[in-house]
Amino acid sequence: MEFRKDLFQNERDDNLNVVGKGVQRQDMPGHVTGRSPFFDDHAFEGLLHLKVVRSPHHHARIRRIDISAAERAPGVKRILRGADVPVNKNTLLSLINFGKDDEPSLAVDKVRYKGEPIVAIIAESEAQALAARALVRVEYEPLPAVFDVEEALKPGAPVVNDTYPGNCFEYHEKYDHQKLRFGDVERGFAMADHIVEDRYQMSPIEHAPTETNGSIAAPEQNDRFVVHSCAQGLFFSLGTAAKIVNLDSNRLHFIGGTVGGGFGGKVDSLTEPLAVLGAMMTGRPVRYVLDREEEMLHGGPRGAERIYIKDGIARDGRILARHIRSYFDAGAYTRLSSYAAIKCTAHLPGPYTIPNVTSDIYVAYTNRCPSTAMRGFGITAVDFALEVHMDKGAEACGLDPVEFRILNAYRDGDMKAHRRVAKNTALIECVQVAAEKARWPLSEEAQRQSSLTGGGGARAEIPATPIDENGRINRPETRGGRPTQTLPAGTMRVPMTKQPIMEGSTENRPSAPSVPQYEPYRPATAAPPPPPPPVPASRSAAPPPPAAPPVPPPAGPAPASQHGAHRFSSVFGTRRR
Amino acid sequence: MAKVPVQFRLNGSDRAAFADPADNLLTVLRRGLNDFGPKYGCGQGTCGTCSVLIDGELRLACLTLAASCEGASIETVSGMADGPSLHPLQNAFMEHFAAQCGFCTPGMLTAAKALLDRNPNPGREDVIDAIAGNICRCTGYEPIIQAILAAARTLPAQRRS
Ligand code: FES
Ligand code: FES
Repeated sequence: MEFRKDLFQNERDDNLNVVGKGVQRQDMPGHVTGRSPFFDDHAFEGLLHLKVVRSPHHHARIRRIDISAAERAPGVKRILRGADVPVNKNTLLSLINFGKDDEPSLAVDKVRYKGEPIVAIIAESEAQALAARALVRVEYEPLPAVFDVEEALKPGAPVVNDTYPGNCFEYHEKYDHQKLRFGDVERGFAMADHIVEDRYQMSPIEHAPTETNGSIAAPEQNDRFVVHSCAQGLFFSLGTAAKIVNLDSNRLHFIGGTVGGGFGGKVDSLTEPLAVLGAMMTGRPVRYVLDREEEMLHGGPRGAERIYIKDGIARDGRILARHIRSYFDAGAYTRLSSYAAIKCTAHLPGPYTIPNVTSDIYVAYTNRCPSTAMRGFGITAVDFALEVHMDKGAEACGLDPVEFRILNAYRDGDMKAHRRVAKNTALIECVQVAAEKARWPLSEEAQRQSSLTGGGGARAEIPATPIDENGRINRPETRGGRPTQTLPAGTMRVPMTKQPIMEGSTENRPSAPSVPQYEPYRPATAAPPPPPPPVPASRSAAPPPPAAPPVPPPAGPAPASQHGAHRFSSVFGTRRR
Repeated sequence: MAKVPVQFRLNGSDRAAFADPADNLLTVLRRGLNDFGPKYGCGQGTCGTCSVLIDGELRLACLTLAASCEGASIETVSGMADGPSLHPLQNAFMEHFAAQCGFCTPGMLTAAKALLDRNPNPGREDVIDAIAGNICRCTGYEPIIQAILAAARTLPAQRRS
């Protein structure tokens, strides 16, 4: 391992005790002796096994469920249906009050993806549960399904998830996507010498942990239930299970933390609630483990993303404007996709200083397996798209792709598109070291660049920013508004509980007496955004004297209550910096 | 279905269990005899987490009928250490960070032991070949290969002693 403290001498005191040293992990002896207690490595007397009946259709109405033959099958102790689940509708982030409950534990009237659980069989042995499962008769009325994110958002598309009839997640119950506006991209494109535009399509990716999802729940003394769980977020899973089975959380005793590979695929509490419910209903230990096929087909994957990027680039290689439009495929239910789009927005436009940036990130519902967390979800895919696009941009203006990145890299003191000042930036140094390792020749000019110098000044200013109304939830055919108003230069943020002025349509707008009065819309010529900051190829020259710091924005009234999203969203500015 | 008795040696001890005629060895080891060393990763012979040695041969417990093990000698990772002292492979896995989540580790160690038992001086290709049936989703395999090669280097000396 190599540390480049020389590059960041001032940043922190690096007398670290553990980082950078070889320290034996405390769980290693357990791993090499086969004694690490994974959730399934627990013996219980009278253990029962739970298996679920899954939908063979992508989208269908359930006409009838007949469990009579299954109930009589040998070894069957109990059969659970939707009506047996105390709170049969949940959304994972409801624990932090974010989003509406939209997903049943056991489908009742409709199935919305192939593999959705409908009935749970609890039997003495796995083989008996499987045999009984084959005896459950479900009558379906197949419905038209939609599998493409953009098709799903078109008028007349089949409604996937009745909780969100527009087929998109609703932020704050007002907005149909996550929006970022910084400067005037249209002006930037008009000034550009090259326009580089492309479309990127990712695939869903299954985590494929070696240990499949599962849990064992058993009645404990004191009227509690012990749960051995594979959950990556043990207490998150505890809260989710407690809500669904309607028990106080102190009646659940979750044990876990030894996870046989998760990568994000073990945060959904796929098995815990039904295992606990089974233990409550039978009074016996219940084990619910996905088999490999279920894990691969029906465990939530990394959601596929479709990303459109448009860059406007000056002849000298400076990116003047970047617009990103992206669709995150949530599958049939929200789970964590709402959060992915927030992360994605917070990450844009990548580690570059671009004076005009817009992005519109949608979470679309389709009749696919619900997608979930996976290693940088919301970030990884867009980074792939952005970096491929950077290569294309470099090619368009005939620049070396590495130099192109250094030229456009953000630097300490620059204003990011989220109206935060960039600190501890290190892209230039990372690129320089990577080039050195790859023996990629860099110009002397590029080698002399540093994240510590050249930032700030004009690059720290917040440009005047046209905003539009198409973030609002509306009928799909009315979406896509034009800019209606300009936020004055220097505007840091619009308080979340207020809506910016939307001229034009007032449809669906709650009357808000305390809407902040921004300057009325003026044509762009009346309030020209500052020209893109000059980023000369030669930055070893002394940076321009720092401009007067931007006028602090007028402090808006403090939001009355913090929405759940504030807690984890750097977009909203409350996260630890 | 009527259960049938099955007896075999497990890590040097005589053990007996009642099994469904259709039960595989993995189920009987884990749920019948509480040996949780071998893991269920796929139940279809593709991942190697259930690897055991049956009469010295590397086998997948999920594809082995328990009833067919009557009278056999079965070794699992649980019997690999000699009391408190770890097998050289176990030490090498610890030293080389050859496990992350640890779920593939019992199967990896078993496959590696099968290799070293028949070839105490394997080359890199032999090692890769020996663990080709074992999936690890975390480590990227290289630390595992290094650990097995390192363990092999310590073996001949031990065997001579
Ligand atoms: S569980 Fe036997 S090979 Fe995967
Ligand atoms: S260490 Fe996790 S699968 Fe190998």
